[in-house]
Amino acid sequence: MSAATLTASQIRYVNKAFWRNPSSAFFTFAFPLMFLVIFTSLLGHGKVHLAGRVVHQSTYYVAAMAAFAVITACYNNIAIGVTFQRDAGILKRINGTPLPAAIYFIARVVHALLVAVLLVVITVTFGALVYHADVPSGAALLRFAAMLVVGAASFSALGFAITAAIPNAEASAAIVNASILPLLFLSGIFIPLGDNSPSWILWIARVFPVRHFASGMQAGFLGTRFDWTDVLIVAAWGLAGLVVAIRRFKWEPRT
Amino acid sequence: MGIADHGEPDGPNLSASRAPSEDGDGPAPGDVAIAVRGLRKSYGGVTAVDGLDLEIRRGEIFALLGPNGAGKTTTVEILEGFRTRDAGSVSVLGCDPGSQRRRLKGRMGIVLQSTGVDPYLTVAETVAMYASYYPHPRPIDEVIDLVGLGAKHDARVLKLSGGQQRRLDVAIALAGDPELLFLDEPTTGFDPSARHEAWEVVRSLATLGKTVVLTTHYMDEAQNLADRVAVVAAGRIVAEGSPSSLGGRDTAIARIRYQVPVGLHPPAQFGGEPDPDGFVELHPADLTATLHELTGWALGHGAVLDSLQIIRPSLEDVYLDLTDGSETRPQ
Repeated sequence: MSAATLTASQIRYVNKAFWRNPSSAFFTFAFPLMFLVIFTSLLGHGKVHLAGRVVHQSTYYVAAMAAFAVITACYNNIAIGVTFQRDAGILKRINGTPLPAAIYFIARVVHALLVAVLLVVITVTFGALVYHADVPSGAALLRFAAMLVVGAASFSALGFAITAAIPNAEASAAIVNASILPLLFLSGIFIPLGDNSPSWILWIARVFPVRHFASGMQAGFLGTRFDWTDVLIVAAWGLAGLVVAIRRFKWEPRT
Repeated sequence: MGIADHGEPDGPNLSASRAPSEDGDGPAPGDVAIAVRGLRKSYGGVTAVDGLDLEIRRGEIFALLGPNGAGKTTTVEILEGFRTRDAGSVSVLGCDPGSQRRRLKGRMGIVLQSTGVDPYLTVAETVAMYASYYPHPRPIDEVIDLVGLGAKHDARVLKLSGGQQRRLDVAIALAGDPELLFLDEPTTGFDPSARHEAWEVVRSLATLGKTVVLTTHYMDEAQNLADRVAVVAAGRIVAEGSPSSLGGRDTAIARIRYQVPVGLHPPAQFGGEPDPDGFVELHPADLTATLHELTGWALGHGAVLDSLQIIRPSLEDVYLDLTDGSETRPQ
């Protein structure tokens, strides 16, 4: 079997297992839509000033929840799923077979990317139908797609990297949430950041990849300025994650 | 009836000092699957494997028998390429698992001591997935039938019992049609019927001509399955041989045990004072002659020796004798 066929068949098995696991499928798909409805209902009646433009808060949340959905599908799912596989001895077994490690990693990342694309399509369709959000098209769509692919790959790499800091499967949800939830808040995913936000929050948003990723996603929806620096910063985090993952990844339970 | 030569002095240049031994580089002789010389491994100052020598021939079922913490799992995980070794030479199918692991992976099947599979895939999907990793896989349905999971072909792994999951482990290890199969404590934690089912599977592997290396701390498992057994204690082989000859069982002095018939007083050469249950035990230098004299004496007195027994050391006796005091060594 060639590397490409083997990768494709591996993606199919990852996909089967993903959809048959009720909790991973439910949380990945239900949460972004649920949050979109909740936040739009609570806060969605005002306007947001964003990079010199005024946008409806409902439209703002469609973009923000699309970014949230991608982060959940890539970072959270890979970190928790891979830690489970490591603790259950699945990774050690795989490591004893001739399957190249790269194919295992690539299959997980491509699967996460496909789930992320599906989630974005669902969120955007929902937003367009219910909240009359704009849908990106033309050159904006291409830039949006670039940000989506780079973001999904980078958050997947970070998901693999964080497994090195997770001692066991029981701790995985806690560590993953503790590492991402504060950042989601500090990066304006749930509550828009304004010019009057405290400067330390703006600094954190500037350093970590979540804000940059969300900005790139929003540019496609809101017509705000698309900045390739955002893509580069997210990619830099992804590369750093890849380096940590390659050096620190463990195939055996850490006990 | 080889008691391993563990009395030899061990130096750091052990493999070099045994000139004719393998270096792990060249191809092994056709009939040797695994050759190990002077293997050592310690974890943070605690010695797990302490100068272990081993030779396993192709096509045999070989058991490493020993108490928990004797170094069995460390040894097989070095052979499988999961662990590095501190010293010694290792050749598995003519390759060094330390430096040539990639070449070996496609030729071995491994059943780890504790291992999982994705709970949401079916039996057939799981076997097919692992088969896809190998260059020359066996037909999937054939493998599933071989381990007796034909009826569970489309059941999700989630729904299998512990014994069935273990058989699935074996099916996965066979999926790539390996020359060599490692089974690390394949039946630990099984109920008796699940163990016998697992033994049937292992026996059927021998008919495929596979070399099987299994570790166990059950003596009956080694006795039932293995062509040859090596007893491991404190990181070394302390005895090696067929289950029937291990530790000199076949040539050890047999004992005669019988219950003294009521009202009779056996002469001195047939044992002295009976124990509280009325049994006498003899350790005859010549079993045949002594037995003849004893039964002659009994017939002469019109007595019946109902509970007459000839006792040889059991595998368990040998094992307990050989592994005495090593139970507490950490792995």
